[in-house]
Amino acid sequence: MTTMITTLCFSAIITLATGCSVQTVQPWERDILAQKKMQLNPAPLETYLDEHIYYSKEASSGGSGVGGGGCGCN
Amino acid sequence: MQLKRRHSLKKGVSIRNALTTATCTLLGGGASAQASATEVATPWEFDSALLYYSETDRVTAIEPVIKMRKELNDNEFINFRIVVDSLTGSSASGAVPMPFAQTFTQPSGNKTYTTNANETPLDPSFKDTRVALNAEWEKPLSRTLKSNLGANISKEYDYTSLGASASFSQDVNARNTTLTGGISLSYDIIEPVGGVPLGLTEMPDFADGEKILEDSDDTKTVVDLLFGVTQVINRKTLMQLNYTYGSSRGYLTDPYKILSIIDDTVGANFGEIINQGANDGASYRYEARPDSRAGQSLYWKVVHQFEEDVINASYRYYWDDWGISSHTIDMRYRYQIGGGHYLQPHLRYYVQSEADFYTPYLLDSNNTTVKEASSDYRLGDMTTTTIGLLYGVALTASSEFTFRGELMTQSGDEPSKFGALSNQTLFPDVDAIIVQIGYSFQF
Repeated sequence: MTTMITTLCFSAIITLATGCSVQTVQPWERDILAQKKMQLNPAPLETYLDEHIYYSKEASSGGSGVGGGGCGCN
Repeated sequence: MQLKRRHSLKKGVSIRNALTTATCTLLGGGASAQASATEVATPWEFDSALLYYSETDRVTAIEPVIKMRKELNDNEFINFRIVVDSLTGSSASGAVPMPFAQTFTQPSGNKTYTTNANETPLDPSFKDTRVALNAEWEKPLSRTLKSNLGANISKEYDYTSLGASASFSQDVNARNTTLTGGISLSYDIIEPVGGVPLGLTEMPDFADGEKILEDSDDTKTVVDLLFGVTQVINRKTLMQLNYTYGSSRGYLTDPYKILSIIDDTVGANFGEIINQGANDGASYRYEARPDSRAGQSLYWKVVHQFEEDVINASYRYYWDDWGISSHTIDMRYRYQIGGGHYLQPHLRYYVQSEADFYTPYLLDSNNTTVKEASSDYRLGDMTTTTIGLLYGVALTASSEFTFRGELMTQSGDEPSKFGALSNQTLFPDVDAIIVQIGYSFQF
């Protein structure tokens, strides 16, 4: 049941995001993409702290990048 | 030509700004390029935060962190990050609650602690301070190729981690696509209080017996590989897909976790720990995990801007050779209030399946034949749900203040129980609050 809900949510996100076709964006059309809030990781410290929490509390980690550093996390 | 395209620019954005953006992008930005007008003397960018994390009746962490970033040359940056992580409180030992009080020997072997009847055993000696340093150097190698080299070190009183990473990003398709490859290596040294217990040996009574040690310390090595594609979908949408492979070898066990040995012979003590109250027999064993682990993940992210608001959503599927698989959905919606203020709700849902060797307890009838076992709830069937809200305000053009509060709950299904275990809660919910204050500025 949980897996089904997860899959449905995932499908909904993909549909939402890919409902638009891929367009070539020229350099002079990047005013929106250049904004900080449009970066893949607009808040690196928040991301770092969240990843540290979930690394300590869950059995899965990573995915978004490499590097970082380990911890005992007992 | 650019003037003719003025109609495609967002209302209110000047041609000058558009040209600045275009110039910066041409100079080295890729699919995820930031507009950073190069000036003669670039300032240091500071990003700071203070995190407070607290679990009900368990661990509390206070974590200040500061990151410094400076542009050395065109699109060449150095980054430094310093973190201090102060932990206090109690951590679940792995033993199960019993209808009577239980006394445990602390890892040091010098003290004991007692857990009340019907309460989850928590080791109150959990206290640690971790300091972590990280440095990164981003350098363009050509107009379309960029490198990122990193190094990190962290130190706790019983754990040291040394690491290095390298990643390379190549822009193609008129900079609408970025291909990324990365590798990281780390070498960790574990020096547990009281030494490294030999897996699945008995936790000695305080009065007599001695911990059977594998050694005074042990090590592990971790290698992570990443291959990723970032694609500009349109002027308002960016998408990323990563595949990662990670391999860990060495001591992957938690040296402080134990398992209860439960009497499974029908009789007066059915479902209770064995040797309860005895001075010459152990009731618990130290856990033991495999000495290698290989995990993989697929990670997908999309960032899309509506009129002014931005949605940042990701999904990760993870699986490994311990039998664990997980799904993670993370979503942040940045709602622009106006005047530089914004609110950002955050939802995260995580579900994992248990490790092959996860067991909430050992049975007395077969506990000596088991080769690997852990009752660490973090390896069990489990879900984590996080809900939060962040408020942010731009104080000036180069400084921002943020405040966020989140609630996190971890829960799992109760395992099969019998006898004295039947009335116990073996997988209690873990609730935590997360509060963070952030301030970024230039100097």
